[in-house]
Amino acid sequence: MIKYIFRRLLLLPLVVLGVTFLLFFLTQRLSPEMRASLYIKDPRQMGSLEEVIEKYGLRDNLFKQYGRWLGSAVSGDLGYSQSANMPVAQAIKEYLPATVQLAIVTIVLVVFFGVWFGVVSAVKKDKWQDHLARFISVGGFSLPIFVLGLLLLMLFYGKLGWFPPGGYSLSTDVAIHLPNFHHYTGFLLIDSLLNGNIRIFIDVLRHLFLPALTLCIGSFALMVRVMRSSMLEELNKDYVRTARAKGLPEHAVIYRHAGKNAIIPVITLAGIQFIRLLGGTVIVETIFDYPGIGRFGVTAAQQLDIAGIMGFSLMVAVLFVLGNLFSDILYTAVDPRIKLND
Amino acid sequence: MTKRIWQRILQNKASLTGFVLVALFGLVALFAPVLAPSQTANPYQLPQSSYEVTPQPPSAEHWLGTTEQQYDLYYGVVWGTRLAFKIGITVTFFAFLIGLILGAGAAYFGGKIDEIIMRCTDVVFAVPSLVLAMVIAAMLGPDIKNMMIALTAVAWPSYARLVRGDVLSVKQQDFVTAAKALGARGPRLLLRHILPNSIYPSIVVASLDIGYIVLTAASLSFLGLGSQPGTADWGQLIAMARNWVLGSGTNTFAYWYTVVIPGGAIFLFVLGWNLLGDGFRDILDPRQG
Repeated sequence: MIKYIFRRLLLLPLVVLGVTFLLFFLTQRLSPEMRASLYIKDPRQMGSLEEVIEKYGLRDNLFKQYGRWLGSAVSGDLGYSQSANMPVAQAIKEYLPATVQLAIVTIVLVVFFGVWFGVVSAVKKDKWQDHLARFISVGGFSLPIFVLGLLLLMLFYGKLGWFPPGGYSLSTDVAIHLPNFHHYTGFLLIDSLLNGNIRIFIDVLRHLFLPALTLCIGSFALMVRVMRSSMLEELNKDYVRTARAKGLPEHAVIYRHAGKNAIIPVITLAGIQFIRLLGGTVIVETIFDYPGIGRFGVTAAQQLDIAGIMGFSLMVAVLFVLGNLFSDILYTAVDPRIKLND
Repeated sequence: MTKRIWQRILQNKASLTGFVLVALFGLVALFAPVLAPSQTANPYQLPQSSYEVTPQPPSAEHWLGTTEQQYDLYYGVVWGTRLAFKIGITVTFFAFLIGLILGAGAAYFGGKIDEIIMRCTDVVFAVPSLVLAMVIAAMLGPDIKNMMIALTAVAWPSYARLVRGDVLSVKQQDFVTAAKALGARGPRLLLRHILPNSIYPSIVVASLDIGYIVLTAASLSFLGLGSQPGTADWGQLIAMARNWVLGSGTNTFAYWYTVVIPGGAIFLFVLGWNLLGDGFRDILDPRQG
């Protein structure tokens, strides 16, 4: 186990090097002027692009340039993002908490709906409730996130006006930039509570809900399927028959006995899906104009902001590899039959 | 064997629905030139009846209405279907071909070659496929061909792993040992004995990924990193609808058709492939009786 984790951690730099080198190789198609942003920390340097190109040898060979980029990236300097109008490192620090917040709320929704639909589906096996639950989950899985997002926006913002797009409203924007608002963690949901400002908390949650719901509908199908089969397996076991035989009410049998055991694989799956959400946030954040890391990445890609693209990919690769390692470990912790080797 | 699989697919209501949906889209793609004759040299270019910005509801002239800048939605859905198949089939074909060569090579030669190829797949798996495809497509420039290159670049590793696993398991079987004993060596052993007995399940899995590939392609186009503006591409039609989701004044749903029509097309297409895929997976999975 320890050996496995160690091996995977050794692989991490290799994989990150591979991803960044591949992308760096692709950037060579673009002009040295465009690539200059990789070495600029501040917009005031922009005036002298030719100097930057000279100084950093942007016409040198690929490996030399990559080595230089890597050197400054390791020391925490990821260049200047033109699309976000700030250094890449600062952009990541600013946008990442919003995405993590979004992913956490989403995963809570996914588990809630997944378990609910899965239990109904299992208890009412082959009845209409089962068919409906499975239909909704397969449908949600097939409905592209960008279509679903637009439809939800149409209904909940356009028609009902309940959940506006964006990260927070104007008043919150003003409030959080006042000197008396302390940024303890960077997570607005937590910071607002620590500052004792419930209004900001509700405002942020209101802006979070729609993107989270969209992501949830797009990804809870697997959860329903796993919960359903796990629940069916538990319901056929002897202890459930015993519980029924001693006269327990049905809901107690379902939720307190079978449900408790059936939920274990779901928890593992939640860990895995949490990491998978990273891909989906790219689209959802764009639709809802949510100020997270996904929107930052898309804008950087659209505007060919090279420093932004490289920084974004580097960060996603590190997060993704670590997250996958974590969910592998989670698997073994929950299911002792799985052994990690090789 | 093949006959039995098809029988089971057609007996199950869900997979039958999937089959019908995919077949219908296949027909639309095949007969696109008849269903929506094109007036220009490039049929994937959407016809534009005027430069008026506001979308128009369905009418006798435009059966499904027009989206932003008077692009005809009916034409877009029909030729978008053909484009979806074109992208799905091309990308799946090349990704599978690359995966087949590298996966079979890795399993057959083993050792260093295996290690290098598998570390390459690790690199691609290290980033969510949509994110990696997005970044590659952006660097190559927005264009259908570049989008297909980006999609192929992120899709091949899963097939390489699949084929590698299959070849490794078949390599151990008695008939391969027998072939070796009879003197089969090198490429002949791999091509004539091992591959024909190991790749069919992978081919099925790969072809069922067409729905997923098309979905990713539409996502790229939606983000403006896919086809050129004015292409009959579902993702792009939906991107054009973004400006109109809030309707006009009092009527929120005034421009519903700009979202629902291209969105419905892609939903049914992906649903069809997913239902069909579930059906095949149930049959191919030996644990399901």
